[in-house]
Amino acid sequence: MKVLVPVKRVIDYNVKARVKPDQTGVDLANVKMSMNPFCEIAVEEAVRLKEKGVVTEIVAVSVGPAQAGETLRTALAIGADRAILVQTTDDLEPLAVAKVFKAIIAEENPDLVIMGKQAIDGDNNATGQMLATILDWPQATFASALEVSGGKAKVTREVDGGLQTLEVDLPAIVTADLRLNEPRYASLPNIMKAKKKELVIKELASLGVDTAPRLKVLKVTEPPKRGGGIKVETAADLVSKLKNEAGVL
Amino acid sequence: MAVLVIADHDNATLKDNTHKTVTAALGLSKDIDILVAGQGAKAVADAAAKISGVRKVLLAESAELGQGLAEAMQGLVVPLMANYDAVLTPATSQGKNFSPRIAAALDVAQISEIVEVVSADTFVRPIYAGNALETVQSSDGKKVITVRPTVFQAAAEGGSASVESIPAAAAPAKTHFVDQQLVKSARPELSGAKIVVSGGRALGSSEEFHKVIEPLADKLGAAVGASRAAVDAGYAPNDYQVGQTGKVVAPELYIAIGISGAIQHLAGMKDSKIIVAINKDADAPIFQVADYGLVADYKTAVPELMDALTAAGK
Repeated sequence: MKVLVPVKRVIDYNVKARVKPDQTGVDLANVKMSMNPFCEIAVEEAVRLKEKGVVTEIVAVSVGPAQAGETLRTALAIGADRAILVQTTDDLEPLAVAKVFKAIIAEENPDLVIMGKQAIDGDNNATGQMLATILDWPQATFASALEVSGGKAKVTREVDGGLQTLEVDLPAIVTADLRLNEPRYASLPNIMKAKKKELVIKELASLGVDTAPRLKVLKVTEPPKRGGGIKVETAADLVSKLKNEAGVL
Repeated sequence: MAVLVIADHDNATLKDNTHKTVTAALGLSKDIDILVAGQGAKAVADAAAKISGVRKVLLAESAELGQGLAEAMQGLVVPLMANYDAVLTPATSQGKNFSPRIAAALDVAQISEIVEVVSADTFVRPIYAGNALETVQSSDGKKVITVRPTVFQAAAEGGSASVESIPAAAAPAKTHFVDQQLVKSARPELSGAKIVVSGGRALGSSEEFHKVIEPLADKLGAAVGASRAAVDAGYAPNDYQVGQTGKVVAPELYIAIGISGAIQHLAGMKDSKIIVAINKDADAPIFQVADYGLVADYKTAVPELMDALTAAGK
């Protein structure tokens, strides 16, 4: 069984994004970039399925600039078998990215796609659901547990107020939530091995997919700053301030 | 232009998120219909009909809609969009699950988690965990939008719209509901609570989390939240998680106990009216957003706070 794992190169999780003074976007020059944390969880889940003998091949795919090749090398170091980079310097919207993945899926014919529920830059939480729709595949989003057997995936999902379990027929799209697993660190030998694994680069234009943006970004601004407040000395002070000054008790 | 708002509910009660999404929708149009999709949800539709400014309420019922299957929602909503120029859904985990399907089926972008309606085609939305706000203009003929409900005022009640039953679409063939484990709690729901008491990694264990956070929450009639660090460490269940990767809350009063204030946590609670932080580290970033900070060990501060509340008649 073959699994496709899309991954995205984004600003590192621990770096605070700063808005450019000209309000055209977020400043990414000289900023540490890493694999989107939810994508990392997706790669880890695919590797665990391979270790269990359920999956035979893991193909990682990314849409982005040449440097996204480094992100794919990280996926290969965690345990993906080969990688495809769809190269573009355009910043694609989720619908366009879904269409690119659909074109790759038509070539690769995977039985399952595991991907992150959202990227921490655009925060759209949409690509997986859109991909499922245009492929007419079932979806199970926000997964916190995944079992694959007999041509079906049983997925426990994080929903408002608890958990829901769905069973979807394969091929299907599963999007990973935080608690699905804790990704491993790639070992040095595996990082070295990853350098020798296959990484194919395709130009975006060669896929013939319409990726024209639907949204025009007029400006990117900093959120209003919340003014710092005061320190209180005791719990009794705090209660008195909350009651008499803030009026919230 | 006409706008469809998809109601947030649990088949029994209509959630406030619906009222807030109606307010966002009023920024686009005065012609607003509400869709209630569920099972045994007539009472929800009747409640939705009372929201001021609503033209009519559509009620569609089936087992799959009651289970919230995304494919069933897509099958229902996409044909309805022949009559509407925009569809707005509260950005709950349920809304986030199905709304992108509607967008993809219509071949339009989804405008995710808007926090402001600038005009009928221009919206503001947070990106990078709320560290930046993006103003986007949509060129699509139909707008598919999810709304961050906490930033909008709830639309008033007092309307008397009609309720019209419409057929549900065929059941999805490739997705099957197995079961659901919802946490039953006497406490208010996290995303709509007036007061939230949250605990962080400093609590150190699940037992300590229950022992310290829950009695304080119950004394205040508050919902219980947690930082991602506390959830990851297993001190609190995931649905307690407040932050960019969890729930976004904006209560009247948010009390953060033993929470350092990582960017991703602040993104989930910084719109609260009053923020209180209790942390023994005076340099913790949470104090930069707190209206009232108490630099103290929670082990002594929380019992003192309980006593002070009792003394104040709470």
